[in-house]
Amino acid sequence: MTCEETRILVHALVDGELDAGHARETEAHLASCPDCAAQLRDYRVMRQALSAPALRHQAPAALRARIEGALPARRAVAPSRRSLFKGLAMGSVLSGALAASLVVFVMRQEEDQRILGDVVSAHLRSLQGDHLIDVQSTDQHTVKPWFNGRLDVAPPVIDLAAQGFTLIGGRVDYVDARPVAAIVYKRRAHVINLFVAQLMGPERRATIEQVQGFNIWRWTHSDLGFWAVSDINAGELQEFGEKFEAAVRSGA
Amino acid sequence: MAARVEHDDADKARRFRDAALPHLDDVYTLARYLMRSAADADDAVQECYLRAFRHFDGLRGQAAKPWLMAILRNVCRAEFARRSGAAADVADAAEDAAPLWQEPASSPEAAILRQRDSETVHALVAALPEPFREAIVLRDINDLSYREIAEVVGAPIGTVMSRLGRARSLLREAWLKSEHEPQYEERST
Repeated sequence: MTCEETRILVHALVDGELDAGHARETEAHLASCPDCAAQLRDYRVMRQALSAPALRHQAPAALRARIEGALPARRAVAPSRRSLFKGLAMGSVLSGALAASLVVFVMRQEEDQRILGDVVSAHLRSLQGDHLIDVQSTDQHTVKPWFNGRLDVAPPVIDLAAQGFTLIGGRVDYVDARPVAAIVYKRRAHVINLFVAQLMGPERRATIEQVQGFNIWRWTHSDLGFWAVSDINAGELQEFGEKFEAAVRSGA
Repeated sequence: MAARVEHDDADKARRFRDAALPHLDDVYTLARYLMRSAADADDAVQECYLRAFRHFDGLRGQAAKPWLMAILRNVCRAEFARRSGAAADVADAAEDAAPLWQEPASSPEAAILRQRDSETVHALVAALPEPFREAIVLRDINDLSYREIAEVVGAPIGTVMSRLGRARSLLREAWLKSEHEPQYEERST
């Protein structure tokens, strides 16, 4: 093989795009030609430098939200064909509650309140149809990796079975026009949706909120925001949040 | 009837989100290198996703990432064409004038690159002319395969290899040159 041929094929070699036969020939030439070998070394240095995360850009949250917001009917996303039909056929109380909640939340200007509203809407949607969980597992090591590549955050998933909260799975949901992680637990017959999203606002102390009769225990940790929503009483929900937070801090 | 139409829309939006949004950072990264400014990149990416959603039904079994990047590239090229006549054609002509195997006589053969900090590398890449800049960004920063790059730029794989070879040769020259200029600093973009 000549230097000229090698100058072309060395890139495919660096990129792992060369078939075995050409790779052997190219490597044989590189072993006997210091000039070409120097280029190969340089291209490897360059490739390593170019793979640094600092050379990639992260899309601004505002851009992501604008794109999300331009898509039709984001709030109608969760119900599946079946649950939509069921909702229409039964004229269910939940559908009414959902519609009412949407009106209320569109009217409220305060972002904070809107997010709390979205969180309750998402909780209601999850109970309505057959879309409570996309990944069904009581194993945190199954649920946590499922979120990889589906979200721009890696939510902590904690096994709280010993504390009386059973992990049943997870799904991707939408809050404030952004995809968020929803980790689903059960306490007796009650569902707890724990929503986890990248924190947009300031960090804040944990607080309990009530929206439409649902309790929301909300807190922040490092750059993540957490909203636990359920119809269990406020004390139990707070206990859930504190156990979860404690486990995250202790690195469980 | 109306509910059905709405539902189909919502279903399409949901499938689009799942397919397209995970690649937003990659598409945005490419836009930043193609457009060179954050504001222009924002606009281009938003337009790209609008177009992509409109033509989403045309994406059948294809990988979403190169498809989105091809749309983004068209958006960027259209914008440059709008701004200044036939700039894109000029860039492509420059490539033909300098075939890969004609290394400049001054090209340092045995000098070895030093590792540089990311800011410097970013500036060196940003200074490359098109279509070499996009070749390097698609391959080395966005991590696309040759086949995917060929799909994005709408050229045969041989052309992709030739551009990439030329692009790395240019980058290496600029890199070595910057090593002899200790004052070299990133220009703010």
